Amino acid sequence: MKELVIISGKGGTGKTSITASLAALAKHKVMVDCDVDAADLHLVLKPETVYKEDFYAGKLARINPDKCTCCGKCIDLCSFNAISSSIKIDGIKCEGCSVCAHFCPENAVEMTDKKSGEWFESETRFGKLIHAKLGIAEDNSGKLVTKIRNHARLVAGRENAELIIIDGSPGVGCPVIASISGANLALIVTEPTMSAIHDARRVYELTRHFKIPVCICINKYDLNLELTGQIEDFCREGNIGVVGKIPYTNEFTEAMIKELTLIEYSNNETSVQLIQIWEKLNEICNSNS
Amino acid sequence: MKIAIASGKGGTGKSTLAVNLAYLLSKMNKNVCLLDCDVEEPNCHIFLKPEIKSTQKIFLPVPEADNEKCTGCGKCTEICQFNSLALIKNSIMVFPELCHNCGGCWRICSEKALVKAQKEIGEVQEAKSGNLHFIHGKTKIAEPMSPPLINAVKEKGNSADVEIIDCPPGTSCPMIAAIEGADYVILVTEPTPFGLYDLKLAVDVVKKLKFNAGIVINKSSYNDHLIEDFAAKKNMEILAKIPDDKKIAEYYSTGGIIIEKIPEYKEIFENLNERISNNKR
Repeated sequence: MKELVIISGKGGTGKTSITASLAALAKHKVMVDCDVDAADLHLVLKPETVYKEDFYAGKLARINPDKCTCCGKCIDLCSFNAISSSIKIDGIKCEGCSVCAHFCPENAVEMTDKKSGEWFESETRFGKLIHAKLGIAEDNSGKLVTKIRNHARLVAGRENAELIIIDGSPGVGCPVIASISGANLALIVTEPTMSAIHDARRVYELTRHFKIPVCICINKYDLNLELTGQIEDFCREGNIGVVGKIPYTNEFTEAMIKELTLIEYSNNETSVQLIQIWEKLNEICNSNS
Repeated sequence: MKIAIASGKGGTGKSTLAVNLAYLLSKMNKNVCLLDCDVEEPNCHIFLKPEIKSTQKIFLPVPEADNEKCTGCGKCTEICQFNSLALIKNSIMVFPELCHNCGGCWRICSEKALVKAQKEIGEVQEAKSGNLHFIHGKTKIAEPMSPPLINAVKEKGNSADVEIIDCPPGTSCPMIAAIEGADYVILVTEPTPFGLYDLKLAVDVVKKLKFNAGIVINKSSYNDHLIEDFAAKKNMEILAKIPDDKKIAEYYSTGGIIIEKIPEYKEIFENLNERISNNKR
């Protein structure tokens, strides 16, 4: 079983639209949406949830007012400024480290379990989708990503799937690291803009740090042909495969509005490109053992 | 006044808005401070091309083990809620990438076998051109946690007339850290199903945290009704619309400031500025 993760560094380069098209093309696979704090893949895949679980990660401090003497020791100990001068816990700032609870001379702090979100196993027209929803203003996105990736492996094993397709999140932080670790191949979706190139380089460095094989897809390639040339030069020098170039088009948005993947929506240059991209990715996945 | 520019979805135009607004205000002779708090992928400098005047490395306290002193009591692994310590025989292994820097372990260790050490998490850079003060942060690659660096960028913010905070995408801890303390939050979206869905999440955040906020539609098109219907339902103002114009996308790709190159769009930003000024709390 192979794991293919789609990332970009910069947001809005087309990760999810491309992931959805790959989902339409690949056979025997399971999809995972690891952009847990702004998940969008379900808007195209229209999942029907067959299993749902609450996600508990981390703790939250709670002050027992009957025991608290307002000595203020916890305020000084808290590294997150989560305790006010009137000894009230700020639920958003508290990271659940339990330092206040351990050192409170009155034993007045209790650590409680915190629900950070929920995750789902769903059926879609392209197979199983594992996705999640992080609670509003919650942390622990990396742990939730790890949780749903583990579940996807379980489902893939159960269904004899050959591939797990992972839609990543923007950036290079905690959830991205959790999304790429141990993957067989990362597809970086970039575009010929100064910002996207800057961000793609950083996420490429991240894949190198974790020794994840990588290839690149240039979306909106005809927006700036000079910069597209620069991306290709960079890939040539770094020996990174360019699996495809997709033109600047409104079709992704039009397909999205119809809740379709581009493969289902149209049958032209863009979809031909996407089919070629999938064929190349499939080949690379199967040759990297 | 502190204006945070945020969005649930990435790539909707946060940095474009932040840069052009900061540029406009600086040309109106206001003292502006632009804080690029998207420290995982900061981009504002690409457009402003500021001459960096100072660079400061940012460190966080993490434990360091002195295993000569460790008696293997295991108290540190008990207090650590983040699995960043492991006890193997009488020896402590530290995983600093998992550490949340709470200080529990070195406080609880009675043998002083864990001491407070420093880990570099990234850097903060400053520049000044005319009355535009620019500050951004950049995480070190493979450093998972960005909120402490975001806070370091924000601490450098000065008492400018206007502080503009360019936030990271999403709705989780980095975004929360960036918008904290803002007087007004601009949520940038695009009129697509993805844009709408992620806007809803971002609106949930600003409502929950009781921020004063408005919406800007970027890549405005015949689909604007998607956003307008939602905004009306939530009683939120559409502050501005930036058209879906390939000219903008092309000029953006080169790293340019839109209102400098395409003056007809200057008015959009002037009106936006007026609307925010009327809305501040």
